[in-house]
Amino acid sequence: MLPLDTKAKLTNWGHAPLLKVADLAEMAVGRFPFERMALDLRSIGQKSAATAELVGLPWAGFIANQDAQLPSGRPGVVLDDRAGIVRPGDVIELQPLRSRVLVRYRRGDASNVLFATEQCNSYCMMCSQPPHDVDDAWRIEQMCELVKLIDADTPSLAISGGEPTLLGAGLNRVIGHCADRLPATPLHVLTNGRRFSAHGYAATFEAAHPALSWGVPLYGDHFCLHDYVVQSSGAFAETIKGLYALHQAGQRIEIRVVLVKPTVERLQELVRYLYRNLPFVEHVALMGIEPTGFAKAHYDDIWIDPADMADALEAAVEFLAARSMAVSLFNLPLCALSRSLWPFARQSISNWKRDYLPPCEGCLVRERCAGFFSWTTDAWTSRAIRTITHHEEGVSCEKH
Amino acid sequence: MKFRGREAFTGSRPYRLLPLRFRRLPWDPSRAFVSSMSGDWLLMEHATLERVIDRVLAADDPVLTDMEARHLIARDIDRSTLAPLLSQYKARKAYLSQGPALHIIVVSLRCHHTCSYCQVSRKPTGASSFDMSEEVANTVVERLFEWPSHTLTVELQGGEPLLHFERVHGLLSRIIERNQREHREIRFVIASTLHDLTDEQVQVLKTYNVQLSTSLDGPEALHNANRPRPERDSHARTLAGIERARATLGPGSVSALTTITRRSLEDPLAIIHEYRRRDFHSISLRPLSPYGFARKTVARTGYSIDEFLAFYRKALEIILSVNHDGYELEEGYASLLLSQLHTPFSHGYVDLRSPTGAGLGAVVYDYDGQVYPSDEARMLAAMGDTSFALGRVEESPRTWLSSPAMRRILDAGVAEALPGCSDCAYVPLCGADPIDHYARQGDPVGHRPTSDFCRKQMGMFDLLLERWELGSDADRRVLEQWALKAPRSTPSDDVSEAG
Ligand code: SF4
Ligand code: SF4
Repeated sequence: MLPLDTKAKLTNWGHAPLLKVADLAEMAVGRFPFERMALDLRSIGQKSAATAELVGLPWAGFIANQDAQLPSGRPGVVLDDRAGIVRPGDVIELQPLRSRVLVRYRRGDASNVLFATEQCNSYCMMCSQPPHDVDDAWRIEQMCELVKLIDADTPSLAISGGEPTLLGAGLNRVIGHCADRLPATPLHVLTNGRRFSAHGYAATFEAAHPALSWGVPLYGDHFCLHDYVVQSSGAFAETIKGLYALHQAGQRIEIRVVLVKPTVERLQELVRYLYRNLPFVEHVALMGIEPTGFAKAHYDDIWIDPADMADALEAAVEFLAARSMAVSLFNLPLCALSRSLWPFARQSISNWKRDYLPPCEGCLVRERCAGFFSWTTDAWTSRAIRTITHHEEGVSCEKH
Repeated sequence: MKFRGREAFTGSRPYRLLPLRFRRLPWDPSRAFVSSMSGDWLLMEHATLERVIDRVLAADDPVLTDMEARHLIARDIDRSTLAPLLSQYKARKAYLSQGPALHIIVVSLRCHHTCSYCQVSRKPTGASSFDMSEEVANTVVERLFEWPSHTLTVELQGGEPLLHFERVHGLLSRIIERNQREHREIRFVIASTLHDLTDEQVQVLKTYNVQLSTSLDGPEALHNANRPRPERDSHARTLAGIERARATLGPGSVSALTTITRRSLEDPLAIIHEYRRRDFHSISLRPLSPYGFARKTVARTGYSIDEFLAFYRKALEIILSVNHDGYELEEGYASLLLSQLHTPFSHGYVDLRSPTGAGLGAVVYDYDGQVYPSDEARMLAAMGDTSFALGRVEESPRTWLSSPAMRRILDAGVAEALPGCSDCAYVPLCGADPIDHYARQGDPVGHRPTSDFCRKQMGMFDLLLERWELGSDADRRVLEQWALKAPRSTPSDDVSEAG
């Protein structure tokens, strides 16, 4: 796991903007104005290359290992970063008060996220990002700024929260910025979908971005179960209506099912419900719990060992796959899954929060195993974890 | 905010029944098949259903959960939503969305068979006065493009259309030429015995990507007895035609229908093995219909629907075992009905719709320029009863649709509103066939308890459901596979049973 922030010494900064970390290659491309870039002196190698001419350009500031390397009088960031947390191409936010640098965008990473808001209209039992009722509308502007500094060839981008649709028209603005600056980058918005039940809102996203899709969770085939898991009366009806409104507006939809115990108990009924009522969804993701946030407080209510849901998972995946509904398994270690499910398992955990356990050392399939969230503890670890040591049937089957 | 237990989210209002229908299972009368307005369904104890209806069940009874998820009841209506039910209903009736997509053109009535049950009042091969003229054909092409459907299936049939190949070729090329401007998606099917199919003809069919539909009633003796020619070579000629077509158009280019005569009832095994031997992966076992000449000769070739169902039950067993043997073979009608049971989708078949497919899903253009809503209506006219003639090709589709004939069809064309059907648990999956009922019972509404159409439908649904529910995992897999592969209604997939 590679953290997303690090300690830093910040000098001569008037305000704290978002900065593109630039090396000489970045400068040559010329996509971003000097005023938005911080020259990463660490990338230049011998000091001699940082000529006065180069330093004299109107950079927003400079990044270096030591004070002494910084051009005097100019804004500077001194990092203690042996791990390589901040690298050229990244976009960083400076937090002078905390003396920290946050990586808001990491070049080349497939799991960059625009964090939309801390607010939410649900209160899910297993929420990994517990919501806060704060006014953080400033994030809209920051996301728009961030989008301007993101590489055009970024493989994918997500918008998450909190609940992004609480931004209302602000979400349209952010997506519009992505359409202008990153039209080729698949954009996936994680939303509970409830807001789309409001008349006309879904339609405002028609043709909003060429590669836009929505990831919407559904935890049950009836309102009692879903409303209980998301701890909100009426949520199921709103989400279902929202899904139809999104479909009506020509949007692409993924259904995300976090495998909490009460949902696993009706998993077969849930996938049947999806097929019968929402056959237009593009993808169904069945996801292991992220053991942080509220999840920790509800261990007894939500935890079920993946080893104990093997039959349910197999039946659900087989049902969907036979009906040409694309299905994937997220956040589940391979050794806890039956072989027939391996082709459906994805390495879904972002690398900055992915870790492996001792049995993973020397495990034959580690390279394509989802592994574990860094904060996984014993209680949240399947009893089925074991090193895959030899070429068992199915191991070499990479295709699917 | 505090977390709340499950009981906090169960809603506070009593449940309501949504429109539902049920039928006791013939193989287990203590249980019932319960269906929703849109054809979602559940098998449950009949006694439990009664308790649900009497509202003596506890609110947290698990069966209520299953019933709610299938839109049979609604618990607290403020917290649930009927949107999925409406969406399912719309998906089920998707065949209504674009207007008729199946257009049958009768190129010639000439035929070389003298089948006792012929459905189309064929004429001897030399009688060219029963050919469609070029003028009529050109007008048909004009009308074709006046319909709104983006996807069109054009089916050329006869008599034997290949006896008038010049017209076939003319129609194909004129339609494609006209489509340069129209940009519709067009699929061609020709229904033929394939007896006189030549290599030159096959080359033409290849150019237009034509699918062939033929008749193969079983092994040689049976087929030849059903389809007499003076030379007694009907079977051999059809097989030769199939080979010739496959060699150039590909292995999947020919589909075959099996007409079941009295003689066929005795040997389902021989029929099915003939299909396997001839490399077919689909078979369509269809009973004789009451049209054409069949009604007159019912004593000789006829049999009751119950006899047909008994035959079908045996045939289904054989087909399943062929599949378990590793050879994929589906039965077409079973696939259609199973798709209605096991998928939420609409289908492309015009003879099992509500509102009826006659005139709404299909239009028939006869050789002489008369227009009918279905092949059955055309056959009635050939026997002197023009009750269901829509008009002539010189008139517009608007005129046809507002004809008294169409009105009469529509009055009896919605199964959900027909006596008998309106209470039947299978009605969301079934269809209305007013012309069939008129032909058999003298009245488009018809009388369900004595209707052969209904008897066949109900018998087939019962049988397929029973076989699925009592079947092994392997049986179920085969049956579900048929259901999932069945064509959905994008209207381009519309098919008729002509052949
Ligand atoms: S041992 Fe580790 S790497 Fe191997 S399958 Fe299990 S969790 Fe994955
Ligand atoms: S025709 Fe028979 S089986 Fe079909 S809906 Fe009507 S009553 Fe039911």
